[in-house]
Amino acid sequence: MADTPVLKSGITLAVIAAICTALVASTYQLTHERIAANEQAWLEQSLQPALSGLFFDSGVSESRVTIPAPHALPGSEDAVIYRVYSGDTPVAALFVVSARDGYAGAIRLLIGVDIDGVVTGVHVLSHRETPGLGDRIESTKSDWVKQFDGRSLTDPQASGWKIRRDGGEFDQLTGASVTPRAIIKAIRETLGYFDANRAAVFAAPPDGQDETSE
Amino acid sequence: MTTPTLIDRFKTGLWYENPGLVQLLGLCPLLAVTSTFVNGLGLGLATLSVLVVSNALVSLTRRWIRREIRIPIYVLIIASLVTCTELIFKAWFPALDRSLGIFIPLIVTNCAIVARAEIFASRNPVGTSIIDGLVMGTGFALLLMAIGAFRELVAMGWLLAILPPGAFFSLALAIAVKNVIDERRRERKGDGLPHRSRLLNR
Repeated sequence: MADTPVLKSGITLAVIAAICTALVASTYQLTHERIAANEQAWLEQSLQPALSGLFFDSGVSESRVTIPAPHALPGSEDAVIYRVYSGDTPVAALFVVSARDGYAGAIRLLIGVDIDGVVTGVHVLSHRETPGLGDRIESTKSDWVKQFDGRSLTDPQASGWKIRRDGGEFDQLTGASVTPRAIIKAIRETLGYFDANRAAVFAAPPDGQDETSE
Repeated sequence: MTTPTLIDRFKTGLWYENPGLVQLLGLCPLLAVTSTFVNGLGLGLATLSVLVVSNALVSLTRRWIRREIRIPIYVLIIASLVTCTELIFKAWFPALDRSLGIFIPLIVTNCAIVARAEIFASRNPVGTSIIDGLVMGTGFALLLMAIGAFRELVAMGWLLAILPPGAFFSLALAIAVKNVIDERRRERKGDGLPHRSRLLNR
């Protein structure tokens, strides 16, 4: 009767697995609406830094377009663009992209670009850079990302889109040069993409609205 | 074997058998998350709640669980509880969830939880298992908070404290301080303190 304990064990395992699944499923039921609301609130809150000084209508998060990878924007993950309008006039685009070559993995960036191709704000959404060194890219820890506000593809010229140590115009961070290089490159590539695809960026239908128009 | 009182149990969990200080379990989250007091508090509370509920469930089911399949069952129970905890954090403490990030799901790998399931909850009734979870979890949470607070304070003058090596230094310091205190008390009282070996073999 060697198979009886095996069968019993199997049944015990199956029953407990079912109970655990039920537990997780009911917790999910209980929390998923709150979680979705939290994520939406966090998103709107994190878009704010890139919207400073712009006049725009609310509902930025509904204008979301996901650009599936691979794309010409920085980063190997899907990129996201939020279009900002004042009435029907497009005033800016917010790009969520990744700087791939950070010191410790990808750095998720929010880059606001106004209709003329001028940076309205850069905000680091997530990163794993070294605390105390590379993490000063966070706007709560230093003003480093502020230096990009008001810059564009022509200010400075391409040769100036580097840190000072590499002969460019932007400050580095003491003890960290890999991180700033990665971010500067990502901003410049994003500006380049916007410059080349401006019309397409604003013409694309938002997510959820399938290819009905156009 | 005398039944330990509630106070004895608290002393055991918080001091003599503190999961972090003495058993040296769950070092991965301990070292990684304790860069601030709030992070230590958040992960401490999350671990505490998982530990209490997992001890309760393991103890409740201990009659039906055959020895050969106990580990997969612990894994199932703990993994589900951690997933629930993660969802609850995302829903009610989103800021804390963002700052703890991957370390909430990684509570699953905290061997302190499996260790308590195996050593204690699988052999004791539900009530005492819950108390054991509370006590051990509190011991772990207090250590996380202490190291978090210490690193946060020291980092103002000494950057290294907030970097990963700072975690090792802080933990080593905490263990050293505990050993010094134990040593002093032992000298003062004669051999009044329970020995580690005796406690662990209980």
